[in-house]
Amino acid sequence: MGKLWVILIASISILLPFLGNAFSPESPTDRRVLVLLDDSAIKSSHSIYFNSLKSRGFDLEFKLADDPKIALQRYGQYLYDALILFCPSVERFGGSIDLAAIIDFVDSGRDLIIAADSNASDLIREVGTECGVEFDEDPSAMVIDHIGYAVSETEGDHTLIASDDLIKADVILGSKKMVAPILFQGIGHSLNPANNLVLKVLSASPSAYSANPKSKLSTPPSLTGSAISLVSIVQARNNARILITGSLSMFSNRFFRSGVQKAGRKTKHEKSGNEQFLTEISKWVFHERGHLKTVNIKHHKVGETDEPSLYRINDELEYSVEIYEWSGTSWEPYVANDVQVQFYMMSPYVLKTMSHDKKGLYSTSFKVPDVYGVFQFKVEYQKLGYTSLSLSKQIPVRPYRHNEYERFIPAAYPYYGAAFSMMAGFFIFSFVHLYSK
Amino acid sequence: MAPPEASSAAFPNRYASNALRHAFGDVLSYFILLLIGVLAFSIRIFSVIKYESVIHEFDPYFNYRVTKFLTKQGIYEFWNWFDDRTWYPLGRVIGGTVYPGLTLTAGTIWWLLNSLNIPLSVETVCVFTAPIFSALASWATYLLTKEVKGAGAGLTSAFLLAMVPSYISRSVAGSYDNEAVAIFALIFTFGLYIKTLNTGSLFYATLNALAYFYMVCSWGGYTFIINLIPMHVLLCVVTGRYSSRLYIAYAPLVVLGTLLAASVPVVGFNAVMTSEHFASFLVFIIIHVVAFVYYIKGILSPKMFKVAVTLVVSVGLAVCCAMIAVLIALVASSPTKGWSGRSLSLLDPTYASKYIPIIASVSEHQPPTWPSYFMDINVLAFLVPAGIIACFLPLSDASSFAVLYIATSAYFSGVMVRLMLVLAPAACITSGIALSEAFDVFTRSIKFQLPGVLSNAEVDVGETSSAVVEAQNVAGKTDKPEETSKDRPSRKKKKERVHEEKPSTKAKAEKKRLLALPLAASVISLLLLVFLGAFYVRHCVWAAAEVYSAPSVVLSYRSHGRLHIFDDFREAYAWLRHNTDVNDKVASWWDYGYQTTAMANRTVIVDNNTWNNTHIATVGTAMSSPERAAWEIFHSLDVKYVFVIFGGLIGYPSDDINKFLWMVRIGGGLFPHIKEADYLRDGSYRIDSKATPTMLNCLMYKLSYYRFVETDGKAFDKVRQTEIGKKYFKLTHFEEVFTTHHWMVRIYKLKPPKNRIRGKTKKSKPVQFSLFCSKNNSDVHLQVDFNLLMLWQKTSSRNSSRSGAQKKNPWH
Repeated sequence: MGKLWVILIASISILLPFLGNAFSPESPTDRRVLVLLDDSAIKSSHSIYFNSLKSRGFDLEFKLADDPKIALQRYGQYLYDALILFCPSVERFGGSIDLAAIIDFVDSGRDLIIAADSNASDLIREVGTECGVEFDEDPSAMVIDHIGYAVSETEGDHTLIASDDLIKADVILGSKKMVAPILFQGIGHSLNPANNLVLKVLSASPSAYSANPKSKLSTPPSLTGSAISLVSIVQARNNARILITGSLSMFSNRFFRSGVQKAGRKTKHEKSGNEQFLTEISKWVFHERGHLKTVNIKHHKVGETDEPSLYRINDELEYSVEIYEWSGTSWEPYVANDVQVQFYMMSPYVLKTMSHDKKGLYSTSFKVPDVYGVFQFKVEYQKLGYTSLSLSKQIPVRPYRHNEYERFIPAAYPYYGAAFSMMAGFFIFSFVHLYSK
Repeated sequence: MAPPEASSAAFPNRYASNALRHAFGDVLSYFILLLIGVLAFSIRIFSVIKYESVIHEFDPYFNYRVTKFLTKQGIYEFWNWFDDRTWYPLGRVIGGTVYPGLTLTAGTIWWLLNSLNIPLSVETVCVFTAPIFSALASWATYLLTKEVKGAGAGLTSAFLLAMVPSYISRSVAGSYDNEAVAIFALIFTFGLYIKTLNTGSLFYATLNALAYFYMVCSWGGYTFIINLIPMHVLLCVVTGRYSSRLYIAYAPLVVLGTLLAASVPVVGFNAVMTSEHFASFLVFIIIHVVAFVYYIKGILSPKMFKVAVTLVVSVGLAVCCAMIAVLIALVASSPTKGWSGRSLSLLDPTYASKYIPIIASVSEHQPPTWPSYFMDINVLAFLVPAGIIACFLPLSDASSFAVLYIATSAYFSGVMVRLMLVLAPAACITSGIALSEAFDVFTRSIKFQLPGVLSNAEVDVGETSSAVVEAQNVAGKTDKPEETSKDRPSRKKKKERVHEEKPSTKAKAEKKRLLALPLAASVISLLLLVFLGAFYVRHCVWAAAEVYSAPSVVLSYRSHGRLHIFDDFREAYAWLRHNTDVNDKVASWWDYGYQTTAMANRTVIVDNNTWNNTHIATVGTAMSSPERAAWEIFHSLDVKYVFVIFGGLIGYPSDDINKFLWMVRIGGGLFPHIKEADYLRDGSYRIDSKATPTMLNCLMYKLSYYRFVETDGKAFDKVRQTEIGKKYFKLTHFEEVFTTHHWMVRIYKLKPPKNRIRGKTKKSKPVQFSLFCSKNNSDVHLQVDFNLLMLWQKTSSRNSSRSGAQKKNPWH
């Protein structure tokens, strides 16, 4: 009975993080996405991006941001699994959507893509702040780079940037190498370095700064250099994923199709890197990559198969867990050499790297320390771009029972001898004392 | 010694009438004893009648839980029980750290009843264990006092003990604690010791060791026995009262008792290793030396003996000095000198308050106040001196024990109010002796003055038997040198003859003449004594009914002619049981640990078994820290829920705010960044507007007073009789999940770590404003990580007028 409970609770605790999530391991496909637009023209001007999403099985629903009928949830159920905000200038959403609704949407584990622009409203900035990035406060500022700009026919004001300063993480950007620089035109944002949930995916070059391109610089710009992030991603603690960028136009068909040549470089690319970059990153945002799940967490004594309700000190035990990654279509075994398990009671008593069989099964065996208490099997796996795995399973460790100690200790034989000889001596003495004479 | 055969033969008629009277007296005294037992039992069930059949207080809940486990799993599982639901994450080996006597007793009773097809629940058995054992304890008192001063004194003391308030306080129905059986075991052990001392019978010595074993099983107070008896033996030896009876009473107890005690898991090697037991071994050596000296003295001529003495003393002194030096070095090498903290605080009453706040913090470890003596032992306090005097008339081995017992226990009770419980039996015994002697004297002088009215046959039983014991003690003293193993078997018989023979002799006549008082004085004194007794009975019944029957998990008070019942504790525990996950960890101050595990069945961090000071200090530190630090401490311990006891709304004084300084002290003892001075304003502890910022920002303050202002609009704390210092504040890391009907228990949940981390907050003006003016929107649980702007919009729309808004407690 007790064992059943443990299993039940364990399975609940494993499933719990997923139950509330939009991304459920049971039905990861056929996801509904709400796209909020400033005006309907964007639907056609950004159609390549939208089509690439549609072709991957997403069900896009386009609405104007101030449409009075839009709602994220009905009767407490979310209608969508992801939200794309291509409405940088919206001051107030229509319908029941407001800042809190969007934040709740994220906190329920659903994904979000935000594209701001130079005319970004306070509302969009607030959404960004809630998610952990700060757009440049100056409403007219744009990112300007006089060295890393994209060469175009007109000289322009160097706000069209060709950037290739990407994060090095295959899980986020895909394994295919990005060749062409990415075109960006919009506002920059900065990240709080203490915030470990947000990542800078595309950062501006060291020569960039954020200022109003139309006026002369009177004071030094507040955001400069590679502190400026052009595209950032956030993975919340509940594994909701957010993409934030200060440029709506980088999603546009025009940028997708245009060729790019970075200033000062000879090579001219036929096609900008935008399509590849944004498509790959949308795969990450929509959990088609880097989403791990664990199943079949098992532990048992060496030589047994049943999971005990508690261990004894100095028991030998085996621990195993299966880890899979979602590939967009199916769960593939996750292969890595750095998954560790802790045997933890206030601090890890055992910390072991688990070996795997390349089929997703990670296992190890170790000896329970000579300390009793309520331990936990803990797997805390946090790797860049992957969903964080945080498994803990409580297991008590008991001391020896009264009859599990050694009965005779060799070192104590002198004492046994003393005791028994004393008894014999006393018996003889009493006998002699009573019956002599 | 008169030849017994001759005496009985000489007075055949008298013998017969005596026998009849004895039979009658015996029947009467057994009947009285039975009634005393009934009285002892029934005076303790006020709590069941007035409240319900429920386990009381804190520790009993643990004992109840252990008993349930025992009855369900059996003794071996109980012995090896590793409890993972307490002291998380350390756990506790219950089988090895609990005194199993009480549990085993109640478990046995339950098993017996069940095998007799009487299906009582474990709880019922537990509730009634204490009253049953108090009846046994009064019978044991009879046994003890009868050995000291005769059956009359025995009956009187048994009667007094049956209803002494101090003992009632620990043994009302439902007070299922170790003391409930331990007091019986204590008295019974002493009684058997005296019995052995009087009879010199090895049979009783063995029984004595077994009774001692039961005491060791039951209560840590067994060290009192193993120190008091050696003290008494030493006293006897020093005063030249050494006899073989003394040896028989003592030596087997030490050997068998120590062996048996060592087999109780919780004692184990402590029985030979700690200083508490040291006295018994020292005296054990001394009594052997003394016995040897007496033996040598017997076989040597006086002159030779002197030579031997000088020889042995000179050599022996050297050896002794060496041994003592080694012992002292060994003992001194341990930091506490081999004593446990509780024992040290007994020897040095200031020790605990100086070094171990955790012992000093327990209310029952405080020194008692004078009124509590009057409350707990009432008129006995005045009778005790008389009883001590009576014990000296004449002083026997047994009565010297009674004197020693009362003297030491009076000292201990002065150190710790809890040990009043040890004083109570001693007070009952001596008072019983005093009362019975007084009655003896008065009735005898009345009888002496009115020889015609009262026939000779109405000599009360007590008189005869008390005289018997005295005579016997005198006899024991005189025959000491020639008492050998040979005359031991005949002792029992001899004793009986002595019964009849002695009172009729010269001694008795002399006594009668001496003690005759004027008739009027005797009658008036008798009446006064009866009044005194009546007053005592009245007080005891009142104490049992009104003071000591409250289960403390249910509170009641009467106001405006109405009875109010506060059942908040069980309400809160039931909430926890029904609304939280079975593996959730609940933190509270340790007082409520046992109840939480027993009633809510949730894992706790600390409980009333205060074995790990660090753990308790951690919880104390968390309670004294600001919210964020506290959240981190609790989070590192996997705590999900925190609850505090708050009495400010209804005026329940023993709440956590009043205990809070102890949390600070205990926490500060290990974590020096918690300083008591930070919580005191000019040395006084206050929570009003003059309180220190540290106090107003600590977790305990916040959890206690969160939303308190909503109750009456002024936030007036009825316990501290003041308005609180900080009325409007929000919780950032905790959220209130449940507050009981009278706000006595407030349960909070730790907020999970934020899902997102905000960017830098640039507070605009309206947000600042909202922090100060958003207050009594009770139904909106606001989280700080929400948008503060939105927050302001909500609050400002709800509370348009800042002052004078209708602030109604939603719980009323």
